[in-house]
Amino acid sequence: MAQDSGSRTLISAAQLRRGKGKYLYWTLLTLVVLGFTLVFIGPLYWMVTGALKTGQEVAQTPPTLWPRHPNFSNYVSAWQNLNLSKLLFNTFYYAAGAVLFQLVLDTAAAYAFSKLRPALGNVILGAMLATLMIPTIVLVVPQYVTVIDLPILHLNMLDSPFAIWLPLVTNAFNIFLLKRFFDSIPEELMAAAQVDGAGPLRTLWSIILPMSRPILGVVSIFAVTYVWKDFLWPKLVMPSPETRTVSVGIYAFSGGSSQNEIIAASVIAAIPTVIIFLLFQRNIMSGLTAGSVKG
Amino acid sequence: MAIITATRPVDASSAAAPATTRRGRKLRDNLTGYTFLAGAILCFAVFTWYPMVRGIIMSFQRTRRGVTTWVGWDNYTRIFADPSFWPAWKNTVYFTVLALVIGYAVPFFVAILLNELRHAKGYLRILVYLPVMLPPASALFLFKFYAYDPSDAGLFNAVLKFLHLPTSQWMQSPSATMPAMVIASTWMNMGSAVLIYLASLQNIPGELYEAAELDGAGLWRRIWNVTIPQTKLILGLLAMMQIVATMQVFVEPLILANGAGTQDSATTVAYLIYQHGFFQNDLNGAAALGVVMLGALAVFSAFYLRLTTKND
Repeated sequence: MAQDSGSRTLISAAQLRRGKGKYLYWTLLTLVVLGFTLVFIGPLYWMVTGALKTGQEVAQTPPTLWPRHPNFSNYVSAWQNLNLSKLLFNTFYYAAGAVLFQLVLDTAAAYAFSKLRPALGNVILGAMLATLMIPTIVLVVPQYVTVIDLPILHLNMLDSPFAIWLPLVTNAFNIFLLKRFFDSIPEELMAAAQVDGAGPLRTLWSIILPMSRPILGVVSIFAVTYVWKDFLWPKLVMPSPETRTVSVGIYAFSGGSSQNEIIAASVIAAIPTVIIFLLFQRNIMSGLTAGSVKG
Repeated sequence: MAIITATRPVDASSAAAPATTRRGRKLRDNLTGYTFLAGAILCFAVFTWYPMVRGIIMSFQRTRRGVTTWVGWDNYTRIFADPSFWPAWKNTVYFTVLALVIGYAVPFFVAILLNELRHAKGYLRILVYLPVMLPPASALFLFKFYAYDPSDAGLFNAVLKFLHLPTSQWMQSPSATMPAMVIASTWMNMGSAVLIYLASLQNIPGELYEAAELDGAGLWRRIWNVTIPQTKLILGLLAMMQIVATMQVFVEPLILANGAGTQDSATTVAYLIYQHGFFQNDLNGAAALGVVMLGALAVFSAFYLRLTTKND
């Protein structure tokens, strides 16, 4: 990404350095930086500070830019009334399990598709990729019916974390991403490992996985953020107040709590994903474009 | 590590018996391959492949008090007769078109703009993608309570008033409901599209712009004749992905408009599926509506692919 700064884009660099172009460029840059900050940070600022205001101050016109008597009572009461510690723990627990299941099962599958290549492997990969074309909302009802009465076993998985973990394994995009990465690992390395007497599991563990850290990181981050952001599925399969995720919990309380309390809870719910983003933004952004077709 | 050492004797024994026939080895290789695939295949079978089939079967059945019977097209006729059915489709199509007009063009031009800037690139990229990382419920409550507050204390109304523009009732006004939902949805989701466009813009060879400029092409001509043709593939792909995603819009109406809005002004097809399946105790009807939606999207996709491949 660093070398692109030198390459020519729509407007040539020379044009931007000279007289009028330079003036225009800096004006535009300032406007863009200010405008984007306003559009993307502004609402978040409003949200964080709004929850520091009292109910009366929020309702007053014109609104105040900075709370007159900032107090954390909304945050405190949101934390207590919504039982946020429990909700956050639940969400974190589901996210951690989702990472584990996706890493183990999707990596194993991608490894099989890429390196072991069993008979009919491509057919199965095709059947998995085809599920990407099915809109999730169409699958929600039959998936729900399956989860409340698992075929053959006749188990009811409601309120069980497996109801979130196992369906998330069916992430064909992850399998595709991992397979493509494994495909780029030279065959000679595999052959060398085989000559040294390493079996398939040993090769995966000692050769493939250490080389695949970046892509495994991307898959993990996406799994965490997916669980953190997901709404409809956890709402359906985690009906009890004790098993809810944080988004669903806030929604469930939104009717009976004050607006400021809900906003305070929303801020708290957003903190973990924002932190993840700021820490891993490079991996997230490269992962996002890794799967896209070069056009 | 324990697992690894446990599998070792198997390999050792096969190495010790070089007489294994080719067929035997092939069978063993396939067996290893499928051992690695087993977990994923099982999950796909139970949670995706089987439900796909089951959804279609369910749409022709009716379960009442634990007894399931075949009812032919009954679920479909009931769904079509629901007074919310046509409003839901109208709203969904309206949302999709509006999201295409606002949410599709904006990220492309934002990406072009960001690609031209030589400074603050990292900062701007983080800003654009930040809303994507927020839980949708959090972001939507922000819009619902603060931005779309119909009084003058609301963020948007305060800004409009400051600019001496007429204020709006937002979610309380049936005509403003859909645009308001599209604005919120675009703000929340445009980051991914911007970054994908940015990546594909960076793949455009600089010489193309150079040549176009030498031929006297102005800024707009360069966008029209170089940038757009060079990113056509990704533009087409994202258009398709966005349409399929926006056709399933659910959280926005649920949180911003309490589901249906005023007089079905916000009801979408996805919300209607949810409503039938989980409030009206009509999972079979919901499954039928799902099949209708699948059919509609399949027809649309086929049409779209036909249209876009014809141009080539």
